[in-house]
Amino acid sequence: MLLLLRRLGFYAIALLIAIAVNFFVPRLAPGDPASALVAKLGTGADQASLESLRTAYGLTDDPLGVQFLQYLGNLATGDFGLSISRFPSPVTEVISGSLGWTVLLGSVALIIAYLLGSTLGIVAAWYRGSWFDRTVPPVLIFIGSFPYFFLALLLVYVFAVGLGWFPIGQAYSMPPEWSWEFVGDVLWHMTLPVTTVVLVTAGTWTLNMRNAMMSVTSEDYLALAEAKGLSVRAVVFRHGARNALLPSVTLLGGMIGAVVGGQVMVEIVFSYPGVGMILMNAVSAHDYPLIQTLFLIITVTVLAANFIVDIVYVLLDPRTREVTA
Amino acid sequence: MTATLVTVRRSGARRRRIPVIAIVGLAVLAAACLAALLAPWLAPYPPDVPAGAGSQPPSLEHPLGTTTQGFDVLSQLLYGARTSLGVGLAVAGITTVMGLAIGVIAAYRGGWTDSVLSLLTNVFLVLPGLPLIVVLAAFLPPGPSTIILVLSITGWAFGARLFRSQALSLRTREFVAAAETAGMGRLRVMGTQIVPNMASIIAAFVVNQVVFAITAEASLEFLGLGDPTTISWGTMLFWAQTGSALLLGNWWEFVFPGLAIALTASMLTFVNYAVDETSSPRLQARELVHRFLGTGTRSSSLITPVRRTDASS
Repeated sequence: MLLLLRRLGFYAIALLIAIAVNFFVPRLAPGDPASALVAKLGTGADQASLESLRTAYGLTDDPLGVQFLQYLGNLATGDFGLSISRFPSPVTEVISGSLGWTVLLGSVALIIAYLLGSTLGIVAAWYRGSWFDRTVPPVLIFIGSFPYFFLALLLVYVFAVGLGWFPIGQAYSMPPEWSWEFVGDVLWHMTLPVTTVVLVTAGTWTLNMRNAMMSVTSEDYLALAEAKGLSVRAVVFRHGARNALLPSVTLLGGMIGAVVGGQVMVEIVFSYPGVGMILMNAVSAHDYPLIQTLFLIITVTVLAANFIVDIVYVLLDPRTREVTA
Repeated sequence: MTATLVTVRRSGARRRRIPVIAIVGLAVLAAACLAALLAPWLAPYPPDVPAGAGSQPPSLEHPLGTTTQGFDVLSQLLYGARTSLGVGLAVAGITTVMGLAIGVIAAYRGGWTDSVLSLLTNVFLVLPGLPLIVVLAAFLPPGPSTIILVLSITGWAFGARLFRSQALSLRTREFVAAAETAGMGRLRVMGTQIVPNMASIIAAFVVNQVVFAITAEASLEFLGLGDPTTISWGTMLFWAQTGSALLLGNWWEFVFPGLAIALTASMLTFVNYAVDETSSPRLQARELVHRFLGTGTRSSSLITPVRRTDASS
């Protein structure tokens, strides 16, 4: 428990630094950031949006320290200011619908990439030196060094524009309702974006699992398991893979942030209505309160996901519990 | 058999054949750098003036076709290499120096210095990279220098952690203690005793960072956070996307700049796996690539002090 509390403290500090970045970066610009931004926006920006910008940045005549505390207070009460591009809706309202789509896409892609990549890694490690081991991991490394959005563009071009098997974009094409038909529609629209993320990230899992399995295969308990006459599947999965799983759980924490960044790009290519799409729109409309709130919300999501990974790690590895007890 | 036994004194003195894939990868990179340098002579058209009708497929006149606006894709690709590679190399240099400074100082000084620097490093590692980059870039004037600045601020943390762990193990070695006993100052110990012994891991990191920077730069520009009037592989993709090249079927408009990025990145990744001589976790990946390509040595030369060589070599 002590370990988890310490991790929680660390994430609190990380969040505070993220908030500080959000607070100070607009103030680094010379002059009043709100007026500067309104000047940048030109027409369409009036006194009301100037005021909303001031609220978003907590700009008052108070000293900086007081302003920062007020800003923290605003965030704590859920007041993130108003969107400029969709004035006067609060930014939270603009974002709320999109977070679900991003989490859905992200978690499905992460789970598939993890299961698929790890399984490939286990097989590669078990049949070390076979044709499978010699081709699959290097090909995955090769694809893994592609930028997400380029792979996404290629998939759209071949499978959506060219062959027409999948939709070009969006998350669904029929009115939302609770029916199997709608679920199928959503899955159909998800296929290409998920495939992109899985293709780019699977290689990391494969390599990681392969390396972990290699260090486990020389252990005595695997020899014993084989000598007992257990089937290959039982030896590999029940005795080998279970013990090789820990390093990949550690990697999971580090991967979440990276996958989210890549997924933002994938959503843009596929016009998927997640936070990436909103971020793109916010950038092109110079909607600064929206950009900043998106950053904070994505950060909180990533930190929370990391904390869940920490909890899973403690549950999986009794050693961490002993040390902290 | 005219085989002789050669005793290997230091790990750095091992003679090994450079894997073919490393040579291929470096050749691709060298060709890209050369193309960037010679762009004014190689490019058939000026990159910023429409060179003909828009949306033309590859032909003799326009080897890689023209964009929707009528720019020559080949010329843009050559000139774009200047920005993309330049930004990549600059970011790799800056983040490596930053990571080294922070990592080595943290490891060498220890105590609260280490605690603070490590905390900062871990925070930057856990914050989602791309959204942070977007927030920073959104407030600065668009252009390559902004991209370099922003990617440097966000890209050093992994290096700091890597170099710190490496420096921690070096710090307890005899030669460091000897240098300290001899009265060498802290900065000199770090600069002349610790950092040079990390050369191979630093080299691997630099290569990694070039890949990171080229990909991240392209992502930023694709998002519209670059200066769209600068010509780079990223802005080419940005214009392809905004001009709906995909829907028009103009595959050449995004395939070539995308391939340039993907090939540079994957070749560098392979170079890294192939020449990475340290016993890092990537070692097994290196072996893997070797076996995939049928190159390199499979002997466990890391632990054998003696190896066989042909008299002719």
